[in-house]
Amino acid sequence: MTDKNKSALSSALNDGLNWVDARFPLTSNVKAHLTEYYAPKNFNFWYFFGSLALLVLVLQILTGIFLTMHYKPDADLAFGSVEYIMRDVPWGWLIRYMHSTGASMFFVVVYLHMFRGIIYGSYRNPRELIWLFGVGIFLVLMGEAFFGYLLPWGQMSYWGAQVIVNLFSAIPLIGPDVSEWLRGDYLVSDATLNRFFAFHVIALPFVLVGLVVAHLIALHEVGSNNPDGIEIKKLKDKKTGFPLDGIPFHPYYTVKDLVGVSVFLIVFSAIVFFAPEMGGYFLEANNFVPADPLKTPAHIAPVWYFTPYYSILRAVPPILNSQFPGVAAMGLSVVAFAFLPWLDKSPVKSIRYRGMLYKQWLLAFVISFLVLGYLGTVPSNIWGQFGAWMGGADRATVVARIFTAVYFLFFILMPWYTKKDKTKPVPERVTG
Amino acid sequence: MKKLLLTLLLMPFLAMPLAVSASESVSLDKAPIDAADHESLQRGARTFVNYCLNCHSANYMRYNRLLEIGLTEKQIKDNLLLAGEKIGDTMKVAINKKDAMKWFGAAPPDLSVEVRARGADWVYTYMRGFYRDSTRATGWNNTVFDKVGMPHVLYGLQGEQELNHETHALKLVKPGKLSVEEYDVLVGDLTNFMAYMAEPAKHQRNQLGWFVLLFLGVLLVLTYKLKKAYWKEIH
Repeated sequence: MTDKNKSALSSALNDGLNWVDARFPLTSNVKAHLTEYYAPKNFNFWYFFGSLALLVLVLQILTGIFLTMHYKPDADLAFGSVEYIMRDVPWGWLIRYMHSTGASMFFVVVYLHMFRGIIYGSYRNPRELIWLFGVGIFLVLMGEAFFGYLLPWGQMSYWGAQVIVNLFSAIPLIGPDVSEWLRGDYLVSDATLNRFFAFHVIALPFVLVGLVVAHLIALHEVGSNNPDGIEIKKLKDKKTGFPLDGIPFHPYYTVKDLVGVSVFLIVFSAIVFFAPEMGGYFLEANNFVPADPLKTPAHIAPVWYFTPYYSILRAVPPILNSQFPGVAAMGLSVVAFAFLPWLDKSPVKSIRYRGMLYKQWLLAFVISFLVLGYLGTVPSNIWGQFGAWMGGADRATVVARIFTAVYFLFFILMPWYTKKDKTKPVPERVTG
Repeated sequence: MKKLLLTLLLMPFLAMPLAVSASESVSLDKAPIDAADHESLQRGARTFVNYCLNCHSANYMRYNRLLEIGLTEKQIKDNLLLAGEKIGDTMKVAINKKDAMKWFGAAPPDLSVEVRARGADWVYTYMRGFYRDSTRATGWNNTVFDKVGMPHVLYGLQGEQELNHETHALKLVKPGKLSVEEYDVLVGDLTNFMAYMAEPAKHQRNQLGWFVLLFLGVLLVLTYKLKKAYWKEIH
């Protein structure tokens, strides 16, 4: 191409862009969110998981669209239609495994993303709303996963839904009506499957995408936090007005995130192609038995990402014959994250400048989360019983109670230990 | 911090071996599974169609899928389609559910994905675990499925076993048409076929997986270099 042609082409493109910009804020949006969105230059490994969560969301929506083309939300046909997808639909097995693996990987990246927010204090002023939108995303994601899990209509789908929906009937006064309304029947049935399908494919994804947009708008309004937990907007280049420690998101973080995406896709594909069941954690063996309302499985457990909360539910004993305290504790254990911005009284944001007291509590919390997560996957008699001195209680239940207490103390005592903690001085500029 | 990260990453896999088969206290024998062994799969298919498919359906398995394991259309038609089915049909049975409930106490389950529900080792051990039990209506019981409703369909081949209730060992008391080794091979082939049937795309999935990983490995090298090139100027 000659220079003359080139400049003719570029001026034509420019005219086109001007035409669009006069009618839609294209250039200004690209600038605001990509090329002139200044992010701290010291993002580390932990900062991959936000963009990866977005990637998984897109994957779930795309694979989900293709699954709905072949899936039948009907109690008599659902199980068979999933097998039809696995066998007769060209590449159906790949789409289905991507979707089932994506569900679990969504929680993996979201948990790591949340953990990043906790250790670097990303929920603190001025990012409280970003965090609250994030908690909202997490709650909706849990609902999305729960509704979706019923759709294959296997035994675990069925009885898992039965157990969870029954939890709502423990709420005083309105409980029984709420659970009946959720089911659309007196027990999980075809009516339940139909409404769960509606929730899963349209209602919740809609809310989810809306919340993700709000999450990002709020983020781009105040700017990203960083591993040092300092505000890069405080120090700006006098000439350009851009933060001294900031770099444009595009191209620097788009190319960096591509590396994260490549690594993630390797892990994701290794699971999809070589271990889609993930030893029973991503796809449970019992879910290859069609749902049977007359046959209760010996051991009902939720999928791994729900098990910490499920453990808490089981750990809290009924009071006055009511399961409500357990249900309330479970609900609270999830919602507790929303209060972090106001519970944390530390003068510093990042774990790098916090003292040992905070680090010990965080470690105790992480251990509780993992132990509760494990205990939620196994029957509560797994470790046998204590002797008569403990009233013959299940060992695992007692352990779960202890860690449930630690889990909540992490939140309840946070105002105290974050204030008392010996923090280190925070630097002016990011440290890389 | 590194340790925290590691534990968090490993969270889903911490208890992996524990979750593989819950509530099975009986030790299971290892099934000889080889999705690439077409002869074994073909022998297994024959056994399945001849013996299992009288009572158990495989409603999600199509006959013409067997072309994949090396059978020809003519072989399928001549040897496996015995009741006028079409080659594109799924493996259905004519047994009436109500009759089955009356005869066995439970309707025989569909076997399409049985191996995914119970595991290949379970099926392999189960088919070799029948023993005489006069307290049962069918006269049969099973080491891995106590009080099973299904009678020992292959007893003409295996013969009759008895269970020593103290040592929990099985003993062949009346030999069948096959030797112990031959019977084990027959059940091994059958299990291999059922494992194939439970997920016909598995072999293709595993093979394709290597190419996908190879591609992503190259992609990683390229994206890493791209990142390095762009970030050279950032200090």
